[in-house]
Amino acid sequence: MKIAVCVKVVPDGQLRLDPQTKRLDRSGEATLNTFDVNAVEEALKLKEAGSDVEEVVIVSFGPERGLEAMRKALAMGADRVVLVSDEAAAGSDLVATSRVLGAALERESADLVLFGQQAGDSDGAVLWAAVADRLQRPLISQVAELSREDGKVHGKRQTEYGYDVLEAPLPAVIAVSDAINEPRYPSLKGIMGAKKKPQETLSLGDLGVDAGDAGEAGSRTEVYALGDPPARGDTVKLEDDGSAAEKIVQFLLEKKAL
Amino acid sequence: MKFLVFLEHHEAVLQKDSLGVLGKAASLGGEVEAVLLGAGVEGLAADAGRYGATRVHLMDDALLAAPLPQPRVDALETLVGEQDFDAVLFAASVLSADVAAGLAARLDAGLNWDLTDLAVEDGKLVGKRPELGDSVYADVGWTSEPRLALIRSGTFEPAESAGTVEVEKFESRLQDFSLAATMLEQAHEESQGPSIEDADVVVAGGRGLGSPENFALVEELAKALGGAVAATRAVVDAGWYPYAAQVGQTGKTVSPKLYIACGISGAIQHKVGMQGSSVIVAINKDPNAPIFEYADFGVVGDLHEIVPKLTELVRQRKAA
Repeated sequence: MKIAVCVKVVPDGQLRLDPQTKRLDRSGEATLNTFDVNAVEEALKLKEAGSDVEEVVIVSFGPERGLEAMRKALAMGADRVVLVSDEAAAGSDLVATSRVLGAALERESADLVLFGQQAGDSDGAVLWAAVADRLQRPLISQVAELSREDGKVHGKRQTEYGYDVLEAPLPAVIAVSDAINEPRYPSLKGIMGAKKKPQETLSLGDLGVDAGDAGEAGSRTEVYALGDPPARGDTVKLEDDGSAAEKIVQFLLEKKAL
Repeated sequence: MKFLVFLEHHEAVLQKDSLGVLGKAASLGGEVEAVLLGAGVEGLAADAGRYGATRVHLMDDALLAAPLPQPRVDALETLVGEQDFDAVLFAASVLSADVAAGLAARLDAGLNWDLTDLAVEDGKLVGKRPELGDSVYADVGWTSEPRLALIRSGTFEPAESAGTVEVEKFESRLQDFSLAATMLEQAHEESQGPSIEDADVVVAGGRGLGSPENFALVEELAKALGGAVAATRAVVDAGWYPYAAQVGQTGKTVSPKLYIACGISGAIQHKVGMQGSSVIVAINKDPNAPIFEYADFGVVGDLHEIVPKLTELVRQRKAA
């Protein structure tokens, strides 16, 4: 059995939009999307629990320099990374991204495809459903507890109404919530070993995806303009110097909230 | 412009946000139709008529009994293929987000999510999407039809109107892979303990508390203020606190006079459940936490020190 974990490499620290392209500025330091680390951890736990899991492969789509951030997953214990990177793919929206990622996952033909809960940069939380449809595989999202038995997975997940329990036969696509586990920290040995693990970069051509089906050409949404948020009242933000509790009380009295 | 609104329902009641989206579509002019998918749900169509739909496309099928997304993608593909819609609108939820994204891939149709407004400008549909922790508002559009949109929960209030509705039944062949995932246990809302929705003061705890035991800090402060205790999805999912106390997109929506967030980073999922509060105070050790973007009074510091002190000060004041 093979597990593929889809990850996104996101800007580290303060986010900004490029006013020219209206896209997220990805020129600075990059890091593995926090929510995807939970998915990596869950894959490693499944591998450790079952002797039939041969491989955990990390799959991503984005700029080539993302490989470095992806090594964190290798340092945690994943076996291999595959990064789809192509200049023609910049600016891909959901339709285009799911097509490219779907093609990369078809090539891997993993039994279980895992996603994290959301992208920390765009707050996107929909990609798994688009990818599951491309792959024509059953989907369970928002999973807070995952278990496996007899070629099936069980997921307990939270919705607006409480907790559901769902079952799906493998191969399947699962999106996990960040409550599912506490990710491990990479060990020094893991970090040292990560560089030697296989790291593959693929172009759209390698996947047989036409350049016109990715990037802005393959996208079906656009951004017209960026503007300021609606005005809001004065806000206060201060660092605690030992007197924060008194200041909160003072503020509440002013607001007649106490 | 011809709109199709996806109607979500739970235990024989149409979801309020779906009705709000119906009303918004009606206010934009054009035709507003809705789609109702489920088993034994025909009676809900009339309700949709009272909130702005002129026609409800109904697929009533036992295979649609469980609220699972993939068979709904099949049904919508059929419906959208038979009739021309300029836009298909969804009120965001766990279910509808998966339906909308699955449909986007199926139809190669553009999906814009987390929209907080819709407008028709020069005959073109434009969505408003907050980005980067709501610090930037983008005007977004679509380059294909139908335009798919997910509206942030709690955005539009339902508006009752005196309309009548026509029900049109349709059928769709559901795909094998769409029926492969099954529901073993379905959620039923728990209703126990005091309701956080009615409280004037809500003190909420998040992952920053560090451990379930530390909820005692939040409980003590709530007690001193005569308020209720709430929790974030992350700590509820982790088993630190019961689901009934959860505030956010998949929990309760509260609008107390005072909301104190302790150790809560304030992701969108949380924000939509409490942004209607009159006064918001946040205590968090991470200066970059999104909650500081919308708290009236934010303190960057260690809640384990500040909260007990605050509790003590509030007690003294109430006793005086």
